[in-house]
Amino acid sequence: MAADPIIRIEKLNKWFGAFHVLRDIDLSVARRERIVICGPSGSGKSTLIRCINALEEFQEGTVTVDGIELGHNLKHVEEVRREIGMVFQSFNLFPHLTVLENCTLAPIWVRNMPQKEAEAAAMRYLERVRIPEQAHKYPGQISGGQQQRVAIARALTMNPKVMLFDEPTSALDPEMVKEVLDTIVDLANDGMTMLVVTHEMGFAREVADRVVFMDMGQVIETNAPDEFFSHPRHERTKLFLSQILR
Amino acid sequence: MSNGTDTNFVRGALAPERQAPVVTTGVVGLMRTRLFNSPTNILLTLISAVVLWLLLVPTIRFLFIDAVWQGSDRTACLAENAGHPVGACWPFIQAKFTQLIYGFYPEDQRWRANLTFALAVLLLAPLLVPKIPHKALNAALFFIAFPFLAFFLLHGGGLDGFAFYWIAELFGAAWTPSLTRFWFDFSITAAFVTMAMLWFGGGWPNGRRAALSSALTFAGIAVVIVALRLDQGGLPIVDTRQWGGLLVTLVVSVTGIVASMPVGIALALGRTSRIPLLRAFSVMFIEFWRGVPLITVLFFATYMLPLFLPGDFTIDALVRVLVGIALFAGAYNAEVIRGGLLAIPRGQREAANALGLSYWKTTGLIVLPQALRHVIPSLVNSFIALFKDTTLVLIVALFDLLGQLRATFADPVWATPTTLFTGFAFTGIIYWIGCFAMSRYSLFVERRLDPHRR
Repeated sequence: MAADPIIRIEKLNKWFGAFHVLRDIDLSVARRERIVICGPSGSGKSTLIRCINALEEFQEGTVTVDGIELGHNLKHVEEVRREIGMVFQSFNLFPHLTVLENCTLAPIWVRNMPQKEAEAAAMRYLERVRIPEQAHKYPGQISGGQQQRVAIARALTMNPKVMLFDEPTSALDPEMVKEVLDTIVDLANDGMTMLVVTHEMGFAREVADRVVFMDMGQVIETNAPDEFFSHPRHERTKLFLSQILR
Repeated sequence: MSNGTDTNFVRGALAPERQAPVVTTGVVGLMRTRLFNSPTNILLTLISAVVLWLLLVPTIRFLFIDAVWQGSDRTACLAENAGHPVGACWPFIQAKFTQLIYGFYPEDQRWRANLTFALAVLLLAPLLVPKIPHKALNAALFFIAFPFLAFFLLHGGGLDGFAFYWIAELFGAAWTPSLTRFWFDFSITAAFVTMAMLWFGGGWPNGRRAALSSALTFAGIAVVIVALRLDQGGLPIVDTRQWGGLLVTLVVSVTGIVASMPVGIALALGRTSRIPLLRAFSVMFIEFWRGVPLITVLFFATYMLPLFLPGDFTIDALVRVLVGIALFAGAYNAEVIRGGLLAIPRGQREAANALGLSYWKTTGLIVLPQALRHVIPSLVNSFIALFKDTTLVLIVALFDLLGQLRATFADPVWATPTTLFTGFAFTGIIYWIGCFAMSRYSLFVERRLDPHRR
């Protein structure tokens, strides 16, 4: 594990009411590291990455992002969120704003960037996800795959140090999964630190430095992808892989 | 042509697009598909036609054909003089027109009401047309500057001073108003506020826009002060008890509609807030104001409130009514807006938070714009209801359009069998135009925003 991790999670515990969703999670992410988190539904994968940018509160343990410890201090929370980009399963684009406005919103209102500059930057990111021609459409007028790529561009406009992907392809038609995965792979090849919750095992094999397998709110197994897929050690991992790989 | 029956089928050419088979468009299409397409519909169409005939013919006869158009008193509108059964007695409306519009607003001062109407139209019309630019400036002028201007125009009176004067008054210090003192106070206040804007805007380069707009605002205020001579006592005061007719109806309903929006938004946000105290306050406020009839609110504001306030502290009766109506309508709007807030998926707020936007920016830029779009029909519904409910101010001795109309009925010069119907027809048409305009405009806004929706 790297000496200077960008994200350090220690003894993280979280409850939804009486339900213990995350149990003693320890995880460090090095700079430029690409981690895929997988596991059955309800295992706490999404909750874990949502704790990293404080979309979920947790009761015990610490989460430190780039030297800033998340706590109840709202300033710290907003500071951390500016460093982390997030892409959601359901895109969550702002339907009342055009694609371009979706991408300029945060730079203008959070970073106080002048509008012209923000628009130029946003267009660069839209070119990077290969949909500059859709800039003036509304999210409701473009396909799911395009929406998710806009969501990726929107997150990138804040120049994040880390990107979180929460099942980015689960809500897409099969024909559109590839265009989104290709975009994420490009990003990975550029050296972006990322945590990806996904069921796309081919993607995990291709880009992940490490695969984290979770079940029942715990990390069951962590390994390099080759080892993880060819020689899973834990019984639960073997069962999971036998269910999803046919 | 056996596609679908063979197990091995590959389409050769694509099926060409063809025209729709029967006439489904135009008048003929409408008649064939909607009006006369089944025995039940034929029957319903005929019954509707008969009902329409029975309603429209007497209405048109009353309003136009049998109506009397000219005359100077009741004799013109009597059947024996007109030579036919008399419908609407329009000379009555002509004679009472100014009273219905201005109430007892002094005749030589009516230009002030006209100017206010004209300014309102001049500022509101471009605000309603989406293509016209500078919406922020326009909105600021209409929602912030116009109410003050309208107050000094309609009510009259001047200003004694600004910040210095207010502070002096707060500490009970003596202040004898004079022109030099007034303008000295004005310049100091303007300079101070402009510097404060510069400082809050983040120092010299960043805050210069805020400082500039502050300076321009004060320049605008100075122009108004000079134009209306507010520094020298302003226009003669017309007490609100002399206001009446359409003037009162418009003042009460426009103020009610405009002021109830921020109240409603604040209460809706409070009720959906995570802070328990704020939530409890909003719930209590909303439930209290919704639980009390508007008549009670008006009575309380007019007759009870002065009893609770300290002796030398008086607020104008109309202002008390306006505040009462704004809070009452605000409580209703709050629940409508809350419905819109609940319709916004949680993911929207999360996505904005994840980008680093604060609570207020998320609310103002992401949640509220969408929530308000969802509730335009219900909001306009309550605006229309409020527009008509303003007539209740009659019971606290404010004579709005309908109140003024009832007062005119007492005039023996115009006592004819159809005076009553003519008056109600006239005011009914005015109310209907107002409500129908609001309704159509809201439809227009909905259609315009439609492509933005999923």
